[in-house]
Amino acid sequence: MSDYSSENGGAAPVIEIRDLTKTYLMGQTEVHALRGVSLTICEGEYVAIVGASGSGKSTLMNMIGLLDRSTSGSYRIRGEEVSRLSRNRMADLRNREIGFVFQSFNLLARTSARRQVQLPLFYAGVSERQSARRAVEALQRVGLGDRVDHRPDELSGGQQQRVAIARALVNNPSLLLADEPTGALDSKTGEELLALFDDLHRQGMTLVVVTHDDHVAHRAERIVTLRDGVILSDEPVRERASSTPIANRTNALAAGDGQPA
Amino acid sequence: MKVLRYFVVALDSIRANKLRSSLTMLGIIIGVAAVLTTMGIGSGAAASITQQIESQGTNLLSVSPTGGGSTLTMGDAEALSDRSLHPALLTVVPEYTASATLTNGSSESQTQVVGVLPAYAPVRNLEAAAGRFFSEEEAEANQRVVVLGDTVAADLFAVAAEALNQQVRINGEPFQVIGVLKKSGSAGFGGPDSRAYVPIGVAQGRLFNAPRYRGDYTITAMSIQADGTRMEEAERQTELTLRLRHRLGPNDDNDFSIFNQASLLELAGEVTATLTVFLGSIGAISLLVGGIGIMNIMLVSVTERTREIGLRKAVGAHDSDILLQFLIESLVLATIGGLIGMGISFGLAFAVGRIPNFTFAVIIEPQALLLALGVSSASGFIFGIYPAMRATRLDPIEALRFE
Repeated sequence: MSDYSSENGGAAPVIEIRDLTKTYLMGQTEVHALRGVSLTICEGEYVAIVGASGSGKSTLMNMIGLLDRSTSGSYRIRGEEVSRLSRNRMADLRNREIGFVFQSFNLLARTSARRQVQLPLFYAGVSERQSARRAVEALQRVGLGDRVDHRPDELSGGQQQRVAIARALVNNPSLLLADEPTGALDSKTGEELLALFDDLHRQGMTLVVVTHDDHVAHRAERIVTLRDGVILSDEPVRERASSTPIANRTNALAAGDGQPA
Repeated sequence: MKVLRYFVVALDSIRANKLRSSLTMLGIIIGVAAVLTTMGIGSGAAASITQQIESQGTNLLSVSPTGGGSTLTMGDAEALSDRSLHPALLTVVPEYTASATLTNGSSESQTQVVGVLPAYAPVRNLEAAAGRFFSEEEAEANQRVVVLGDTVAADLFAVAAEALNQQVRINGEPFQVIGVLKKSGSAGFGGPDSRAYVPIGVAQGRLFNAPRYRGDYTITAMSIQADGTRMEEAERQTELTLRLRHRLGPNDDNDFSIFNQASLLELAGEVTATLTVFLGSIGAISLLVGGIGIMNIMLVSVTERTREIGLRKAVGAHDSDILLQFLIESLVLATIGGLIGMGISFGLAFAVGRIPNFTFAVIIEPQALLLALGVSSASGFIFGIYPAMRATRLDPIEALRFE
């Protein structure tokens, strides 16, 4: 299997994964979620990870997101080997290197947008004053400068997801890791969100989007397809989808048109 | 100071979930209010009893006969009045008490009639609301005069004050009312309010025809005012003289008993202390229940906030961060609950204080406040540990339910 990123004109790698495996024990049976995955993602890349459910893409995402440990293999983030770190060190790295965007936003109830965005800075030990300023800046960056004191129930779904993105960006992570980011949005707001991702990509942010939606995947510049715990294909997107008229959209998006839990 | 910032997080979370928070606090609120109010009632009752005993004078000795047939006589009282032999005894007043029927026209009252000497009034702190106590001369001359307690006067005459200078009949004999006593307030049976006082000679002679012992009128009790700094001495002198006069051998038991107000005070103190501990422990149990309530709701809250915990971990919270957050939250909840409980008990104490003629006040002492606040905070902390540990152990992947 050819490693696409090695051809990618010399940018520093953010993520280097070598022969990563993950085996769960479910009752008596062993489940091989990952059977040897190698993947390099360099700075500034916009990568989509796709695959059917059970393909191992969630497991891979948990690995990349430092939420879980591998059974064997090596994972380096910005050159630092992380597969044998303590829980606290992993938490610190999550805080510093990774910004999470979830399908269901995962905002705190009855908490202002600014407070939501301050959360990673709280755990980073940033002073209240500085963290409030940086939170407002991050909200401005996602176009919510005028919604700083709004609570989730006063924001639309798209705005809530933007708050989540501001929260992901506020600590200047190496990587924005999004899990079905448009899954809970209607197609129009989903489109706006993808446009925001495009902007971030242009600004040099490294983006990894896990999705089962072809349209969302084709907004990236590289698609990694998983099946049965191995990488089936890893290729650049030759014709990137741009702002397609809503009528032409696949119905996959509409399927996830729900409100946050 | 990172720990301080968790208080902000805790307050945010409490404010964001007002209903859940107030339900969590409810147990502690009720517990603290119960502890403080019951202990306040205990202290209030103690203070009231102490005050009643002290109002009768702590330097008072009461002597009464024991066993069948009184051997206590007027002669005993006279002998004890000898200051040169009993320097610790200031005043000795013999009493002869019996029950009699008092009538005023058709009004009737069954009353303890007490035959005493005029010195009885200052010894027992009796004060007249109208008129006066009888004089030495009246006592000497066995005049038929009577001083009525407040309740007795009110029973016989519609208005207590109208009794003055009227005539009442005691067992049919006419007596002139020369005084009505101030309401003493000591409730219940045996207080001066429900008694009538006549010269002792009248009681022993004409009224009740008291039995004699070795040629002397017997008495039913003696009130002795002693030197307050020499109470033990006073008791010993009284005992010695009475044993000699009653010709008791070294192996004979006393045929009288000496009652000391100070020891009564001590006894009352012990009783009320026990009462306070008893009431307090009932309250403490409700505090414990309140603490368990906190644990219950915190456990529910941990389950309910699984996603929040997962998210906090995803954005970099250490296990210790989550532990501290939940621990401090339950600590803050319990402390706020404790403060509200205090407020309620103060409100109750104030309300009780406003009830007219209530026998005692609810007294909330600073130690009780500290104790209640300390115990409620501690129970918040202790009962917060388990839910906080549950929160800490949550796997962020499970918590977030990726995909």
